[in-house]
Amino acid sequence: MAKFSIRELDIWFHQVHALSQASLEIESNEILSIIGPSRSGKTTFLRMLNRLNELERGFRMSGKVEMDAKDIMTEDRELIRKKVGMVFALPLPLPLSIFDNVAYGPRMHGVKSKKKLEEITEDTLKKAYLWDEVKDRLRVSAFKLSGGQQQRLCIARTLAVSPQVVLFDEPCSGLDPISTAKVEEAMLKLKENYTIVLVTNNVKQAARVGDKTAFFLSGELIEMGDTQKIFTAPKDKRTEDYISGKFG
Amino acid sequence: MNSKKSQKIAFIFLLLATLLIIVPVGLIIAIIIQKGLPGISWEFLSDIPRKGMRAGGIFPAIVGTLYLVSGAIIFALPIGLFSAIYLSEYAKDNFLTRIIKLAIVNLAGVPSVVYGLFGLALFVVFFKFGASILSGSLTLGIMILPLIITASREALESVPYSFREVSWSLGASKWQTIRNIVLPNAIPGILTGTILGLGRAAGETAPILFTVAAFYLPQLPRSIFNQAMALPYHLYVISTQVPNVDEKIRYGTALVLLTMVLFMNLIAVVIRYKFRKKKKW
Amino acid sequence: MRKIKELILEKLIFICGIASIFFVVLIFLFLLKEGFALFKTVLPADFLFGRKWYPISEPAQLGILPLILGSLLVTFGAALISIPIGVASAIYIAEVAPAKSKEILKAGIELLAAIPSVVLGFIGMVTLVPWVKKLFHLPTGLTALSGSIMLAFMAMPTIVSIAEDALYSVPKTYKEGALALGATHWQAIWRVMLPAASSGILAAVMLGIGRVIGETMAVMMITGNAAVMPTSILQPVRTLTATIAAEMGEAVVGSEHYFALFAIGIVLFVISFAVNVGADLFLHKKR
Repeated sequence: MAKFSIRELDIWFHQVHALSQASLEIESNEILSIIGPSRSGKTTFLRMLNRLNELERGFRMSGKVEMDAKDIMTEDRELIRKKVGMVFALPLPLPLSIFDNVAYGPRMHGVKSKKKLEEITEDTLKKAYLWDEVKDRLRVSAFKLSGGQQQRLCIARTLAVSPQVVLFDEPCSGLDPISTAKVEEAMLKLKENYTIVLVTNNVKQAARVGDKTAFFLSGELIEMGDTQKIFTAPKDKRTEDYISGKFG
Repeated sequence: MNSKKSQKIAFIFLLLATLLIIVPVGLIIAIIIQKGLPGISWEFLSDIPRKGMRAGGIFPAIVGTLYLVSGAIIFALPIGLFSAIYLSEYAKDNFLTRIIKLAIVNLAGVPSVVYGLFGLALFVVFFKFGASILSGSLTLGIMILPLIITASREALESVPYSFREVSWSLGASKWQTIRNIVLPNAIPGILTGTILGLGRAAGETAPILFTVAAFYLPQLPRSIFNQAMALPYHLYVISTQVPNVDEKIRYGTALVLLTMVLFMNLIAVVIRYKFRKKKKW
Repeated sequence: MRKIKELILEKLIFICGIASIFFVVLIFLFLLKEGFALFKTVLPADFLFGRKWYPISEPAQLGILPLILGSLLVTFGAALISIPIGVASAIYIAEVAPAKSKEILKAGIELLAAIPSVVLGFIGMVTLVPWVKKLFHLPTGLTALSGSIMLAFMAMPTIVSIAEDALYSVPKTYKEGALALGATHWQAIWRVMLPAASSGILAAVMLGIGRVIGETMAVMMITGNAAVMPTSILQPVRTLTATIAAEMGEAVVGSEHYFALFAIGIVLFVISFAVNVGADLFLHKKR
């Protein structure tokens, strides 16, 4: 069964029509890559899945977003965000220590035991391939880490609240190729246990990691399908032009 | 060449105008320190006024001012901080918010003597608190409210929006985010605003004239329903109402008041400076 | 449980959020409540335009025209001094001063703003007042002029800091454009920066004057407090604020005099309201 089922989704910010009539399904334990030029509505779509859009001024929507066959707008907002984690475009550590960054989420959800928090921290830092690099300096400010390490810390922090879905919003846009490879490696490993939605500006990245790929343009979903199909035999001329680098 | 010359003349005038403000400020402070310092002694700071305020010290006035300032901040800080939280974290861009901002601007602009009238009518007469530390503190508290709101709001808004988004995205509620992420990072700014508010409250005279200030009260107040002496009012009294007060006492009182107020401002500046240096983002 | 706690907290935050409105309204209502009682016995026109202020004679004469004129005279004098000096100093700090002295100058201006008005009043009494007396050969130095000079000082921090902000927020491209066309720095300031910052500077001037009208202690200590129709700037005058501060201590609660002082409070409140709303409109126009 599909993890997410989105039907005829429209989103506006004030007068701007950011997304129109998007309908698609997102399967469990897969990576869905979303590509498209800037202002194509892809990030707006992503931020709909964990209800971050509604905090912005002038937000309006119509249509339906269902997760596990339940309308996310009628569910508890904090619970949805706990189930649907997010990694942002830039590494955004909170101004806390490495340990406190990872433990922040579980603490907010009522985990108090120090032992339990330490377990979670070790476990998630390992999943994000960061444990070996930081295990001796967990009390150091997260700002002391390199950009790539910070981004992996953010992944660990997201995993620490045991989400079912992880959203990645151009997670490698500020990283060098080696750090990017590490983040991608983490993503591929994560899909065994999580559903992953990746928004990326990097068409090659989408081809490398995505099981499915969706192409957005000017707020519309142009086409979606198996990554291989999209990249070898796109149905729409615009998709072909975009992935071959004619615009974007 | 001509326009170069006129620029030179213009800039000289601009510099002169600036000096016309800065030099007197330096002079005022220098005069008060020079003439006030000889009057300062342990006895002056710790004794009650004697011989119709022509001798002795100013201890009750110092204590009274400390009481008033503490009372004002106890009242104004929670309300001001919560109000700032509302404006920075909850308020939408609508008519109500516009009105709140306008009200804050107006509250900041109400003449201090009008605060005195208001305190008299509401606290002293209507609530029957009488002329007391309670009435004076509440009046001063309302007066410094806009200062605290504005400073706290700036501090809260300077915390990057992305920190909030991260916290929300981890499933933290709005209040959890404010409590654990926004407030801890805004504390230096809030503290700065609060201390500036303290300094302002310590120096004001008009709001306490009819709400608390005692002309001459040789003992310390025993409860918040007592009247109290206060430094700024004491300075007013000995410089205009009591003839033949020794210059040393008058300048000494002015120096103590000025030191108190400027010291608080200095602390605020230091906090602001230190924090800016070790800002983490 | 946590949800309920947070709901209550958020309600509390909202209540504190609108507290400012509540207090402004409360201040106005209590001024009205006490001040309006006066108009049962005195006509508003007689109050505003009466030329005699003898609150304790029998029958009391409660005309505040001399006080209004006193306030206007002192304010006008202070504006005349503080506006050119304040704006010039703002230009110097924002545009001309080297970066290092800029911070020191700003700190000096902040220092002036921090000095309590009663201290400025005191220092005015012991330095400025004897000086004015000697210079103009007057029987007393406690005059409108002394008050104007002292008040000009109190208005200047407001004028300088807000006008400097206004100049600072003029887009850099304006100035660069003028300089690129061959204008000198001064011409760029005079022809381009000042007009572009005009509404902000106007707001600065209004708020500075607002501060002057509302100032109490320094004025009371320096202007001589004679409640007569002012004819010269070298004469003692009495302002609206000083009248309240000087007389409320002796007025009996509930007497005509007491009500009259509150009615003066209404006048001051309305003036400051108009000044602040006006200045706010100018500041918003800028954006």
